[in-house]
Amino acid sequence: MPAPSQDNSRRDIALAALAGISPTPGVSKPDPIIVADNVVRKFGGLTAVNVGHLEIQRGAITALIGPNGAGKTTFFNLLTGFDQVDEGSWTFNGIKISGTPPHKVARMGMVRTFQLTKALYRLTVIDNMLLAATKQKGESILRAALPFLWNAQEKAATARSEELLTRFKLIDKRDDFAAALSGGQRKLLEMARALMVEPELVMLDEPMAGVNPALKQSLLGHIKDLREDGMTVLFVEHDMDMVRDISDWVIVMAQGEIVAEGPPNVVMRDKAVIDAYLGAHHDSTLEQDRG
Amino acid sequence: MDFIFIAQQSFSAALGVNTIIFALAAIGLNMHFGYTGLLNFGQAGFLAVGAYSVATLVVSFNFPLWAALLIGILNSIILALLLGLPTLRLRADYLAIVTIAAAEIIRQIARSATFNEYLGGSDGITGKFGKDFFDLNPFKDGLNTPLLRYTANDLWVVVTGWALVIVVLFVMWLLVRSPWGRVLKAIREDEEAVRSLGKNVYLYKMQSLIIGGIFGSFAGFVYALSRQSVQPDNYGTALTFFAYTVLILGGAARVFAPIAGSVIFWFLLVFIEQMLRQAVSAGYIPEWLIGVNQVGQIRFMLVGLGLMMLMIFRPQGIFGDRKELALDARA
Repeated sequence: MPAPSQDNSRRDIALAALAGISPTPGVSKPDPIIVADNVVRKFGGLTAVNVGHLEIQRGAITALIGPNGAGKTTFFNLLTGFDQVDEGSWTFNGIKISGTPPHKVARMGMVRTFQLTKALYRLTVIDNMLLAATKQKGESILRAALPFLWNAQEKAATARSEELLTRFKLIDKRDDFAAALSGGQRKLLEMARALMVEPELVMLDEPMAGVNPALKQSLLGHIKDLREDGMTVLFVEHDMDMVRDISDWVIVMAQGEIVAEGPPNVVMRDKAVIDAYLGAHHDSTLEQDRG
Repeated sequence: MDFIFIAQQSFSAALGVNTIIFALAAIGLNMHFGYTGLLNFGQAGFLAVGAYSVATLVVSFNFPLWAALLIGILNSIILALLLGLPTLRLRADYLAIVTIAAAEIIRQIARSATFNEYLGGSDGITGKFGKDFFDLNPFKDGLNTPLLRYTANDLWVVVTGWALVIVVLFVMWLLVRSPWGRVLKAIREDEEAVRSLGKNVYLYKMQSLIIGGIFGSFAGFVYALSRQSVQPDNYGTALTFFAYTVLILGGAARVFAPIAGSVIFWFLLVFIEQMLRQAVSAGYIPEWLIGVNQVGQIRFMLVGLGLMMLMIFRPQGIFGDRKELALDARA
């Protein structure tokens, strides 16, 4: 595997930055890339998401965990513009982006993947990658029919795509249809494709779902590399081993609310977290447990 | 049986005016359906707008033909905007419903007695609105060879029509192999993924709808000019579905598919009709089984049967790739 994973310098920086922070929900961070306030999303009578205050530290790997139905994916959809909030606002790099359509959110450098992988099946692997390149002149209808205007840019994008495909061990599949890839390879492709956008923040929705153990290790390595390359990672995951292994900070959601956050070893011992997962007091609410 | 006549009729149809009209309509649908995944079931509406723009503006308002053609293109853009603005943000099936309804609305407006003065009601418009076009005709005589036979006017329509088809195909080819075309194909596969990568999906779908619609209006121009008349009932849903047949026969999302599909469709239609007609008059098919007056309907039945066989044994069409079609099942 190419260089970046060798040194853990960025990991140390992230851990140092998060070291002295008290593990309480909504705590402020030294250098937040995302700051969300009072984000509420209701589906009829059900409040799917109700996040009071949340900050995501830049340059760190943050895990978002919680039992099924906790609102993790809904919160993801809200942050990336794929769903509309009922209340609340949030900023990305200090710029208010609540209400911004998803494609503009992506262009600002906040790129997501999906729980059910969205490989573009009847496009080749290389076309999947090229699609994601930014600021393409040939994507304008006025220039599309005049190849000499965009050939050079296309060549550069192809070179970059091939570099990423090599890194993600997909280069042999370059000219295959994406549908011909295995489930795990599609996850890799989706991640590699997201990197073509040159994001600052990568949001992965269950990157390990349906991936075999061998490929899991390589995916873990790739996610760590993102941080070493200077990106911020926020991911939703159910696999606790993975969460413990790679995250610098863990946020726990239950019933739409943030019930705990902190370093992985602290959070996993938190009573509210254990209750959220195991339902220790099924007849009382989480608020009362904590109080 | 007169096989030379049958061959002449069949080949003349295979390269004739109708083939050109349906090829152009199907090229537009290929942009919509084949490349972008937009289920436009109202292509007949774009043809009607093109045809009526020419006929009405020249006959009722004395516009020069070139101006009427330009306005026809403009009108097809307006129609695409009207269809797309409310529906392209919704799921694909909504576009299908809206377009099929819109095409019928256009036909009913053209038929209505209210606008009889300008649109001619159910009789349509007949007149010399193609005069400017036929004045340019360099062919003094028609063509009469054992394989192809056209009148002088038809020959002029066929020659200019194929030239137009080639230009449109070339533009189409340039567009779909560009990064722009790549975005369209990606939208066909999964809109959300394309959004997540920073592309304005709505804008691309609108552009696709407009461009395919303009190609549809070209088909309308040829339809109107070749017959020197427009009739509202020619622009019904059957026209749209024949255009889809042509597209799928050739193979959706293949640049040259509409041409092959249209040539084969019209060849078969005329060939089967002429064969039956001759066989009935020569007594090879007894009168009690198929009468001469039934041939017209039976040819459609046989063509329909042929298409069913095609869908069963070669669902990807002539140019399509069966493996690629099968990929869809996993989506």
